[in-house]
Amino acid sequence: MIGQAIALVLARPGEFLDALLTHVALSAAALAVAIALAVPAGLLLSRRAAAALLTINAANVAKTVPSLAVLALMLPILGTGFLPALVALILLALPSILINTVGAIVRVDADVVGAATAMGMTPRQIARRIELPLAVPVVFAGIRTAAVEVVASATLASFIGGGGLGDFITAGIAMSEMSQLLVGAVPVALLTVATELGFATLQRELTPRGLRVAA
Amino acid sequence: MDWLAENWDLLLRATGQHVVLVALALLAALALALALGVAVRHRPTLSALISAVSGVLYTIPSLALFAILVPIVGLGVPTAVIGLTTYAFLILTRNVSAGFRQVPGAVIDAASGMGMSAGRILWTVELPLAAPVIVGGLRVAATTTISAATIAAYINAGGLGSIILTGIAQAFIVKIALGALVAALLAIATDLSLARLEGRLRARFAGA
Repeated sequence: MIGQAIALVLARPGEFLDALLTHVALSAAALAVAIALAVPAGLLLSRRAAAALLTINAANVAKTVPSLAVLALMLPILGTGFLPALVALILLALPSILINTVGAIVRVDADVVGAATAMGMTPRQIARRIELPLAVPVVFAGIRTAAVEVVASATLASFIGGGGLGDFITAGIAMSEMSQLLVGAVPVALLTVATELGFATLQRELTPRGLRVAA
Repeated sequence: MDWLAENWDLLLRATGQHVVLVALALLAALALALALGVAVRHRPTLSALISAVSGVLYTIPSLALFAILVPIVGLGVPTAVIGLTTYAFLILTRNVSAGFRQVPGAVIDAASGMGMSAGRILWTVELPLAAPVIVGGLRVAATTTISAATIAAYINAGGLGSIILTGIAQAFIVKIALGALVAALLAIATDLSLARLEGRLRARFAGA
């Protein structure tokens, strides 16, 4: 069966590459937009304790909504295709990034900020040299969670005609063609695992040396 | 809303199927994760390795996991339960190890100094102290499984996903919205009640 699956890819390499590229483009675009929206929003909301708490609680509730539900709800509003899938993936990526951005700023140790103030650092210096370096790894951890969620949920884009590797899985089930099923499933699994490992490495690089813990 | 008035039994049956799928998977996963966690609880390297591997495997999308299982187990409820159990297990096993890891060594030493047997220490000292962290894992596992179970409809396992998927096929917003709403409410309600349990466990053993 695995042999058949490989033969299938080799017979139609263009189709496979198209699906892979759509999957990656869909995920990357959704993640980029979600970062652009959620990081500034998170920074803004973290300035007030009440707003920060409300954001974290609301985002935690939003996270529990099943991804299939979010994708399916785009259908009546935006129809089928790449755009509704993109919007759904952006919505799925927002909570994780928001939670971590707000949490990162709120949790910067007050003593550290106090010490910096006592050393005569200006608020601007504190933001740039203390708060930001301490917050970046936590924010990035949120981006990493979101990235994996987006790449995984992009598989479901196929249900609303968004394309991607999920197309092989839906086609495989519809025609009960097991080899076709694997052409979608195995690359998607490898892609999410690679995303997780790649972002984990990046996250480690972004963590200030003194804060790194041996993994 | 006319649809709901005429088909409330359909929605109820789908919700029931959903709950059964999730409950079976969570119970099986909890039993497996506890067994593994107990076995490796005094071997930190092995337990760290298991946590790292399960963290990576957990990223595999549910649809992909189901799709890989279909050629082996076929379509239907058993495949869905195996897939959902795998997910819940990958989450729970990390929290079970973490829970055992944060039991202070001094407490275990004290218990064994008092002459308690290893089995008794596990039952009366380690498990209660690890319980809040394990229930914390159960929260994540439950919401993840409820979400993944909507995908199980695609491999003919029923549940709320079948309402959503037929809604997509018929481009019928009421079905999509109702399926999504009930699934989301189920996830939120489960999360809140487990959060309450976690809080209660934490409060009870806070003195330790």
